[in-house]
Parts: sequence; C-alpha cells; structure tokens
Amino acid sequence: MDLQVIANNFSFLILQGFVGIGSFAGGTLRLALPAIVLGFLLGIFIGFGRLARSRWIVLPATVYVEFFRGVPLVMVIFWIWFIIPAALGKSLPEYGVALTAFVVFEAAYLGEIVRAGIQSVPRGQMEAAIATGLSRAQSMLYVVLPQALRNMIPALVTQFIVLLKDTSLASIIGYVDLTKAAQIVNNREVRPFELYLFIAVIYWLCSFAMSRYAGALEQRLNRNAA
Amino acid sequence: MTYRFDWSVLWNGPSGSWLLHGIATTIEISLLGWLIAIVLGIVSGALRTQALAPLRWSAAAYVEIFRNVPLLVWMFFWYFAVPPLLPQTFQDWLFDHGAEFWAAVAALGVYHGARFSEVIRAGIQSIPHTQFEAAASTGLTTAQTYRLIIIPIALRLIVPPATNEALNLLKNSSIALTIGVAELTFQTRQIETYTAKAFEALAAGTLIYLFLCLTIGVVMARVERRFAIPGMIAPRGAGET
Repeated sequence: MDLQVIANNFSFLILQGFVGIGSFAGGTLRLALPAIVLGFLLGIFIGFGRLARSRWIVLPATVYVEFFRGVPLVMVIFWIWFIIPAALGKSLPEYGVALTAFVVFEAAYLGEIVRAGIQSVPRGQMEAAIATGLSRAQSMLYVVLPQALRNMIPALVTQFIVLLKDTSLASIIGYVDLTKAAQIVNNREVRPFELYLFIAVIYWLCSFAMSRYAGALEQRLNRNAA
Repeated sequence: MTYRFDWSVLWNGPSGSWLLHGIATTIEISLLGWLIAIVLGIVSGALRTQALAPLRWSAAAYVEIFRNVPLLVWMFFWYFAVPPLLPQTFQDWLFDHGAEFWAAVAALGVYHGARFSEVIRAGIQSIPHTQFEAAASTGLTTAQTYRLIIIPIALRLIVPPATNEALNLLKNSSIALTIGVAELTFQTRQIETYTAKAFEALAAGTLIYLFLCLTIGVVMARVERRFAIPGMIAPRGAGET
C-alpha cells in the first residue's frame, strides 16, 4: 500500500473527478444531479402516461418503460452516442451525450416510481376532491400529487443512489467522472490497488450514507401513516 | 440525414459469428456469475437472520460493502488490483486462461450475491415464525431447519424479485466490455467499428438483449406458477431498484 499516490492526486480525483471543477467538463456529481432532476421531470410524464385513460397514451409509455428496462445502460449510452451526431449533424461533447443517456434511461425507472407513488394514494382521496368541486386536474395537482410525492421520496433517494453508481459507466465514452479520473491517474502512476480502492471508498461513503437516509425517511413516513 | 441502411452487414462477413460468440460469452459469464451470486446470496441471506450477532454482522458487512460500490469499479478492482496480489504461478495461469473472463465472473457473482442476499433475507423474514418453531420441535438442528425447511420455502416465495435480479445481472454483464471481455456489447461495438454501420449493429445487440430478457421472464413466470405456495405471496418491495 502506498497512500502517497492518493495524497498527490487527491484534488484531481475529488474536485475534477467527483465534483466536476477543473479543466475537463466532467464530474460525477455534475452528471448525477441534473440527470436525476431532468429524469424525474420526464418520469412524471411517463408515470402519468401509464395511468392515462386513453390506450394511445398508455401503450407508448408502457413500451418506453419496458424497452429501457430490458436493455443494458451501456447499450443506451452507445445508442445516444451514435444517434445524436446522426440526428443533429454535429457531435456533442461527452457531457451532453452522457446526460442525455442518463435522463432517457433513468426516466423509465423514475416513471415507475411516479406511477407507484400515485397509485399509493387511496382512490377515495381523488373521489373526495372531485366531490368538493375541484376539477380532475386540480384534484390531481392539489390533493393526490402532494401525497404521492411524499410517498415517493424514499424510492427517489434509492434511485439516486443507483444513478450515482451508474454514472461510473459514463467513463466508457471518455467522460471524466470519478472512475475515469482514477483511470487517468492510474495510467501515469500504475497503482491500481490504491486508486480503485480509494474511489470505491468514495462511492461507498455516498451510497451507504444515502441508503441509511432513505431507510430513516421510509420509517418516518410509515410512522406518520400509521 | 444521409444514413444508408445496410442490414446485410449483420450476416455478410464475420459479423454473424461475432454476434454468436458474443451471445455465448454473455450467457457464460451471466450463468457462472449467477451461480456464485445464488450461493453467496443464500448463505449470507440466511446468516443475516441468525440470532448470533457476529454471524449477522459479517453477512451485513459483505452486503453493504459490495452493493454500495459501482459494478464497474468492482470489475476494475478484480481485474487490475486483485491479480497482482495472488501467487505468481496462479497469476500466470490466470493470464493464460482469460483473466478478464474470470474477473468479470467474480465481479458479477460477488456484487449480485450481495443483492440476492437482500432478496433472500426478505424471503426468510416473510416466513411465519411458527415454521421455525415447528421445525425445531421435530428435533431438527438450526442448520437442518434452514437447509430442509426454511430455504426451500424462501426460494419459492422470492421467484419474482429473484427474476428481477437475474435480469439485472444479465444486463450488467455488458459492463464486462470495459475490461475486454468479448461479450455481446463488445461484439456489437466491434461490428460497428468494422463495418461503420452503427445503427444495424446497435439494433442487433439491443434486440438480442431484449429477447434474452423476455425469454428469462417467460421461463421464470412458468417457474413461479409451478412453485408458488398457495396462500403465500412474495414479500413486496424486496429486490427492487
């Protein structure tokens, strides 16, 4: 074990690789945070789509979800990497490709969380809201959705943990995230054990802390509901 | 857009045999990884329901260490960092016999073992406690109770979440391309590089993955119906994410 290599490259690994401050347009957090927000926005449409009354909305939403849940994320990243230049006529930087791939992919999973959240609100809530004279859209927006969102929070935190770990795959197309940063340093220093162990510890700390947080949130929600 | 479709690249030239080899390798690493994961998952899942705290903690440590780090990092770890720690003769043997293949199998097996562990633990915990007491009162030891009564029931209860995990494992086997295993995604990329027909290559790979997932889903749905225990349903929420 030679921890000197970690100390010497600490700021590159953490600031450039993990956070995304530096000469490369990279960073694990700079990819994961926008991806979860945008993916959730798209996921809301997909989750509502799956619960729509019209078959012509349910069908495409269902196909979307089933397609992306049946395909490896690596494959989706390669698809986006190929399709964007073909469709736009010019290539996008790795950041744009990676962000698009993660938003599109995560939206399928987040859509299922949104759907489960809406379904977790008892039907009587909707009926009561309509009985008070609210329109369907108003009932959804002011009565069902706030309760659904609260129920979704633990699953959303869990999904963010999954996403944070998945962003390591952006390194495949050359995006400089924490994993790629460790690879870059390793190419120079050839210290695979120390470097990969170090980034494993960083991922572990984030993931473990957040999963504890998600568990506590869930318990609190269950207590309030009981 | 001036892309010219040419689907014949998939059967003219070496592409067809590349794809077949890719499918075979994907199935091989997934199946071997799945076997390791099942064994580790059952053992650690059962240990997590024991009364003795050190057993519980060691199994919990295994689960928490492995599932909280990205599989890609584990692939690198098993491929780049572990072999240099092994005895020289074993290292030589490994690099003569496809080290990347075995690193991928180890990474998939140990990582998904931690995730299976949670599914199996949830299954065991959903079994009514009277089953444990009844087994003990017939004179079975704890090990016998688990081997003969609890684990068989738990396995029958967890078919749906375990199927989900098996599909995740199959899809995650694509990450093995990062350490140079010539599995399906790797071969798809190779066809793309060789023929410059990205759309056709990606479509072929994607359809094969969808087909493999669908097949597993159909088979496991039959298994689920065949082995379902009337009156008992699988624990909800286990094995999600």
